[in-house]
Amino acid sequence: MNPRRKQRLFAVSAVLLLLGGAVGGIMYAMSENVDLFYTPSQLVNGLGDEKTKPVVGQRLRIGGMVVKGSVKRDEHSLKVSFDLVDTGPVVTVHYEGILPDLFREGQGIVAQGTLQDATTVNATEVLAKHDENYMPPDLKDAMKDIKHVAPATQGGSN
Amino acid sequence: MFKWLDPYAKPQTLFNLLGRWQRVLMPLGWLLLAIGTVWGLGFTPPDYQQGDSYRIIHIHVPAAIWSMGAYSSMAIAAFIALVWQIKVAQWAIGAMAPIGAVFTAIALWTGAAWGEPMWGTWWVWDARLTSELILLFLYLGVIALQNAFSEQATGDKAAAVLALVGVVNLPIIHYSVEWWNTLHQGATITKFAKPSIDPSMLWPLLICIVALGVLFGALVCQRLRTSILRHEQHRPWVRQWAQEQA
Repeated sequence: MNPRRKQRLFAVSAVLLLLGGAVGGIMYAMSENVDLFYTPSQLVNGLGDEKTKPVVGQRLRIGGMVVKGSVKRDEHSLKVSFDLVDTGPVVTVHYEGILPDLFREGQGIVAQGTLQDATTVNATEVLAKHDENYMPPDLKDAMKDIKHVAPATQGGSN
Repeated sequence: MFKWLDPYAKPQTLFNLLGRWQRVLMPLGWLLLAIGTVWGLGFTPPDYQQGDSYRIIHIHVPAAIWSMGAYSSMAIAAFIALVWQIKVAQWAIGAMAPIGAVFTAIALWTGAAWGEPMWGTWWVWDARLTSELILLFLYLGVIALQNAFSEQATGDKAAAVLALVGVVNLPIIHYSVEWWNTLHQGATITKFAKPSIDPSMLWPLLICIVALGVLFGALVCQRLRTSILRHEQHRPWVRQWAQEQA
């Protein structure tokens, strides 16, 4: 390889490396801002090392699983309320409008709205999140009978 | 080091090689695409959750994968063009960019059309969707930059730099669904684990992915050949080739 090419190879590689590092650093620093939504745990316990909690009245998105049996529909309007959970804390969402087709209990959803109090969100929009699994319905039916047993907890707590 | 590759830096040799590849790849790509889409759209079972709507996956996923694949190939061409200053590598950038831009546009559009009934929205500014949109802008930037200078060589160099720099976006697109909370779900097949899609749906999807890759190769061959002819139009070998065609 002649010296000029070697020089160019070095320059181009250095630019790529530095740029990759710079973008990586920016993305790492901004990581909490890139998140689309708060999970219920983040909403209740705070976000990141500083444990910053959103303030009441703030517009935000909340994402989690709809708790089974928590969906309450108003009989005379489109008002609906349900609870969201991820790993612990529960957040209640109030919404008035048409829910997406995929909305059901146990489904992951993302709601956008304003924080009413520490664990309540008044949503203006509800979106359904679906998972990355695809299978025919009869296979899903066959799998329904398989019980997922939680791993045995050792020493009483985990 | 690359002695065996050396002759193909010569436009005429490459032109003939691409012609042979194109004759094989073009029909193969269309055939596989026809098999994959008909099988995928017409003869796979519906999904347990999304019903028939999920079938758009057979267009969305191949387009999305090759929007990134095309960008990688373009970036490699840009690297060769910048370091070794080989003309055909510069022309290859111009040959690949519009195809990649179309793949990206297809991925974005089918994604929006899929998201509307399933998620409840056409668009949301989450990390996956936004980074894929940036990919489209990178493609458009490369195309625009290449033609923005009265001196063709300056435009080629500027486009090569942009194409190479934009490569940092590719890992961001791929890992966006793991690094951040997004509305877009995680990877189904492009991961180091068993694909989380039933085999009856996986096979047509894989055929579609291979088909679009082959088609990308064929289209690049065709566009690069055209580009070589345009750039070399005053050379004797082009005149001779044109006379043989007539």
